[in-house]
Amino acid sequence: MDPEPILSMEDISLSFGGLAVLSDISFEVNPGEIFAIIGPNGAGKTSILNCIGGFYKPSAGRIRFEGKDITRTSPDRRAARGLARTFQNIALFRGMTVLDNIKLGAHAHLKTGLLSALAYWGPAHREEMALRNRVEQEVIDFLEIEAIRKQSVGSLAYGLQKRVELARALAMQPKVLLMDEPVAGMNAEETEDMARFVLDIQEERDITVVLIEHDMNVIMDISDRVMVVNFGQKIAEGTPQEVQSHPEVIKAYLGQKRD
Amino acid sequence: MDILAQLVVSGIAVGGVYALIALGFVLIYKATSIINFATGEFMMIGAYFFYTFMVMVGLPPIPSFLLVMVCAAMLGLFIERAILRHMLGQPTISIVMVTIGLSSILMGLAEMIWSTDFKSFPPLFPRAPIIIGDIIIRSNLFWGFVLAMIAVICFALLFKYAKVGVAMRATAGDQMAAFSMGINVRTMFTVAWSLGAIAAALGGVIIGNIGGIQPTLGHIGLKIFPVVILGGLDSIAGAVVGGFIVGLVENIAGGYLDPYVGGGVKDLAPFVVLVLILLVKPYGLFGKEDIERL
Repeated sequence: MDPEPILSMEDISLSFGGLAVLSDISFEVNPGEIFAIIGPNGAGKTSILNCIGGFYKPSAGRIRFEGKDITRTSPDRRAARGLARTFQNIALFRGMTVLDNIKLGAHAHLKTGLLSALAYWGPAHREEMALRNRVEQEVIDFLEIEAIRKQSVGSLAYGLQKRVELARALAMQPKVLLMDEPVAGMNAEETEDMARFVLDIQEERDITVVLIEHDMNVIMDISDRVMVVNFGQKIAEGTPQEVQSHPEVIKAYLGQKRD
Repeated sequence: MDILAQLVVSGIAVGGVYALIALGFVLIYKATSIINFATGEFMMIGAYFFYTFMVMVGLPPIPSFLLVMVCAAMLGLFIERAILRHMLGQPTISIVMVTIGLSSILMGLAEMIWSTDFKSFPPLFPRAPIIIGDIIIRSNLFWGFVLAMIAVICFALLFKYAKVGVAMRATAGDQMAAFSMGINVRTMFTVAWSLGAIAAALGGVIIGNIGGIQPTLGHIGLKIFPVVILGGLDSIAGAVVGGFIVGLVENIAGGYLDPYVGGGVKDLAPFVVLVLILLVKPYGLFGKEDIERL
C-alpha cells in the first residue's frame, strides 16, 4: 500500500574533518507530501538539504530520488532531474530583474545547445519567448508578483525577495522542492502568505515539499509529516501531533520534560 | 586646441583596444573570481598565433583571425582544465601565483617557439591615415579601434542575452544558487576562461598590428590593471570606461608633459590617476562593493 518514496536518505553520515555533522540519518519522503525537518540550531538541518542538493558529499549512506541512486550525481544534474531549492539566506542573482531571475530557473529546461544559444536569434530566441510566456503565466501569476517583475531584485522588500526566490525555484518545474526556512525573518502577514503558497504548491502543482523551519505554528499547520533532528541524529518522526508530544523532542527543545 | 583634439582622438582609439583586453580580464574574474595575471601573455600569444597563421602558414587575414579565436579558446580551455580546476578551493594568493607563473611560462614558450626577434604583420589595412577634419589617425589604430569595439559589443551582447552569458552571470552572482538552477558551474568556468582568452588574444592581434610583436608584448598587460581596477574588476561597462580613461589620460598627459620631463609620462600617468580614484572609490568606479578576495 505504501507508495514508492520520491526521495529517500539511507543511513547518511557526514563529517567535516573529525566533526560528525550527521550520523545515520534515514528517512523517506512520499510523493505529494509536505515533509518538515525541525531541530534546534546547529542540529544539521541545512546539512541534510545540502546533501540532498549535492553540495555536501556524505561519508556514508545513499540518497535516492525517484528510485535512482543520486548520491554521486553533481548538483546541477540533480537540479535538472527535478530537485529545486530555496535558500535560508536569499540567494537571488542581484543586479538582475525579477523576471531574469525567474527565467534562470527555467534554464535547466532549455533544450537549445550551446552553439545555437551563442547565436541568440533563431531557434534559441523562439524558445526563449515561449519560455517567457510560460513562466509569466504560471509562476508570476501564481505567486502574485506581476507588478514587480521588471524591478531589480535588490530593491525589493525581504518578504518579496523570498517570494521571488520561490518563483525561481518553481520555474524549474521541480518534482521536489527543498525549502530552507521559507518564513524566517518574515512578519505575520508575509508568513501567512508564504504558508498558503506552500500549501498551494503541494495541492495545485503536485510538487513534493521538503522544508526546514523554526516557526512551529507554520510547521504544525502545513506539514504532513515531521522529522526531528538534534546533534546530527534523528530523534523522532511522525505527524505533527505525534512529534509534538514526543518526549525526546520536548527534551531537545525545552531541555526538560513538561508536566 | 588642435593638439588636444588630436590627443583625445588617439586616446579614445587606444582606449578602445585597452577595453577589449580588459574585458578578457573581467570575463574571467567575474565568473571565477580569479585575477588572471597572465592576461597580457594571452594577448601576446594571440598575436603570435595570428603571425603564425598569416605569415608562416600564409592564410588570408580573416581565416587567420578566426583561427586565432579558436586557438585562444583552446588555450583558455586547456589552462582552466589542466591547471586552475585543480586549484579550486585553494587560497587566492596561491591561485594568483599560479597565474603569474603561467605568464612567465607563456613568455618563455613564445621565445622558444617564435624566438625573441621583433616581428610584424604584413599590412592588413590601407596605409593611408584616416583624416577627420584636422585630426589624423594612423590607419592601423583606427581599424584596430573599430575591430575592438565590434568585439566588445559582441561580448556585451553575449553576456546580456545569450543563454551561456546569462548562465555565466548567474555563476558570478551566486555559485550555489547557479548549481541549484541546473547550471554546470564548472563548465561556466571553462567557458569564462575561453572567452577571456579570446578577448585578450584579439586585443593582442590589434596591438601587434599597430606596433609589431615580441615575447615581451604581454607587458602592455600591466597597463590593463589600472583599466580594470578603475572600472571595477567585475564590470563590463567599467572595463570599457576604464579603457577609455586610461587611453585618454596617457595620451593627454604624455602629449603635454613629455616635452618637459623627457618622456615616460605616458606610462606613469594612468597609475597616478588609478591611485587617486581608488582613494575616493576603493571598489573602482563600477565595481560591486563586496569584492574582497584579494
